[in-house]
Amino acid sequence: MLNSRYKKRFLLGLTILAIVVAVGAPFTGMQFISLRSVLDPVSAGTDYDIFWRIRVPRVCISFLAGAGLAISGMAYQAMFRNLLATPYTLGVASGASLGAACYVHLGFMFSLLGIPGISVFAFCGAVLAVAFVYGITMLRGKRLASSTLLLAGVAISFFFSSLILFIQYLSTFAHSFQIVRWLMGAISVVGFEPVRQLTPFVLCGSLVILYLRHELNLLMAGEDLSTSRGVNVNRTRQFTFFATSLMVGGVVAVCGPIGFMGMMAPHICRLIIGADHRYLAPATLLFGGVFLTVCDTIARTIIAPAEMPVGIITALLGGPFFIWLLVGRSSDKWGMA
Amino acid sequence: MNPPIVEFEHFSFVLEGHMLLSDISLSIDPGEFVSIIGPNGAGKTTLLKCLERIHHTSHTGIRIAGKSLAAYSQRELARVVSYVPQADGVLPLFTVAEFIMMGRYPYLSPCTPPRKHDKAVVAEVLELTGTAQFSRRHLATLSGGERQRVFIAAALAQEARILLLDEPDVFLDPCHQSEIHGLLSRINRERGVTVLLITHDINLAALISGRILALKKGSLVYWGDPEGLMQEDVLFDIYGKPFVFVKHPSIGKNVVVTDAPC
Repeated sequence: MLNSRYKKRFLLGLTILAIVVAVGAPFTGMQFISLRSVLDPVSAGTDYDIFWRIRVPRVCISFLAGAGLAISGMAYQAMFRNLLATPYTLGVASGASLGAACYVHLGFMFSLLGIPGISVFAFCGAVLAVAFVYGITMLRGKRLASSTLLLAGVAISFFFSSLILFIQYLSTFAHSFQIVRWLMGAISVVGFEPVRQLTPFVLCGSLVILYLRHELNLLMAGEDLSTSRGVNVNRTRQFTFFATSLMVGGVVAVCGPIGFMGMMAPHICRLIIGADHRYLAPATLLFGGVFLTVCDTIARTIIAPAEMPVGIITALLGGPFFIWLLVGRSSDKWGMA
Repeated sequence: MNPPIVEFEHFSFVLEGHMLLSDISLSIDPGEFVSIIGPNGAGKTTLLKCLERIHHTSHTGIRIAGKSLAAYSQRELARVVSYVPQADGVLPLFTVAEFIMMGRYPYLSPCTPPRKHDKAVVAEVLELTGTAQFSRRHLATLSGGERQRVFIAAALAQEARILLLDEPDVFLDPCHQSEIHGLLSRINRERGVTVLLITHDINLAALISGRILALKKGSLVYWGDPEGLMQEDVLFDIYGKPFVFVKHPSIGKNVVVTDAPC
């Protein structure tokens, strides 16, 4: 059993690791960049631009996306009392992917207020999915019942996935390849504009989840118990649903549907620090950010000058790590005697 | 005389077109130990869930501590009424101490950690319920009896004046059942907590309670003292089945045993 002092130390260690990774990652890549080069634009030449215009924004985006996806997965797992829930369970990623597939298939090439058209379409798709899922759930009753929400999300997810396949089937080979490539998820940004666009989504969403950490603890224990402890279950679900959906919609619009992070990052943290969301929520947030940043650094280095989709690396690295933790730890952490 | 702590006044509850509770009127005094009995599907759990506002209705016709149930926020209500639900087999992934601390939710601020008082209350209920020795273990590693004590401890951490329990002794062996009943009696006697206990054990209800409430098909069929309940016609009226009465050898009171199998 972990006492609270251990948990606080773990959080402190994770914070230090996050700072080290966030500061160190931009220096690492196809070629290392020296500290002098990033401070002196005149003598550094292209290194200065690579560092400040490509690598730093990319590290920021990977940290934000990793943190956002991980904490969203954690929130959904608590809300549905289902450890297999992911940020994409409610169809947000399918909605975003459908939006992106439409954009590619229709051959659009535009940007709106500096936001790439594909991100605009993807975000609209995500919002459409959220609206559908919420609407269907509310049609069944005035309350946001978790079973209806889950089933509506899964149904919308499958429906949108079928539409994506249909669009791919109708597309040219080049467009179809572009859609598949987008679906793998990748972090390729230039400049700070995407960082500025994504930050409010992840910041607001994460703050809402951190604020609801006591409620999430109780939702894990069941709806009746939560209500009897004084939780307004319906309101908590609404806040969680909208905060996480918009956060995931924002992340997927910028990076595509990066797999693995949202489901496994909370599990890995739960195995290390326990299920109490007072500690689990900040730990998952930091771990998600660190993990995706490390994965993205590897993705852009390992087969340089080419790049690997980061989604491949997250599962390749995270899967074995997770299995190692799972086998090494006692089963009681999972609620299995 | 103290005003009633729970009052039902012509209370009815309809769910999806089905009348689950019909015209319930009664009042419970502070510090009473009330057992709720009745056949399956009588509305016992529904009654408790209405009191906790787990079931959503207008809740007119119920008053708690002199105030209409509808006037409470969920958090305010949790400071007055706590609830131990039926064991559903799904275990949250928490340690005993973490789970009991969740009982302090109605008093916790979202922006600050638990205060000294919250920790003191948790320590106190851990002692009272005999759960302190396994406070660092996970719920999944506990036996059924230990787990039920933890659920009662978490409800007590709410410092509520009314404790509702839905068959807390189900699935327990006689030894652990008696342990739970002893604990509930002590909580009622020493802390003055009003207890409403759902049970299928008529003998237990008669021995442990001050008053007994019997429901049948959503209607109140008996509300009174244990002596009045232990009558052949009253029990037949509730369960539609005859019982055999025998004298308890050590306490001298009437207890029932079932007749031949139905």
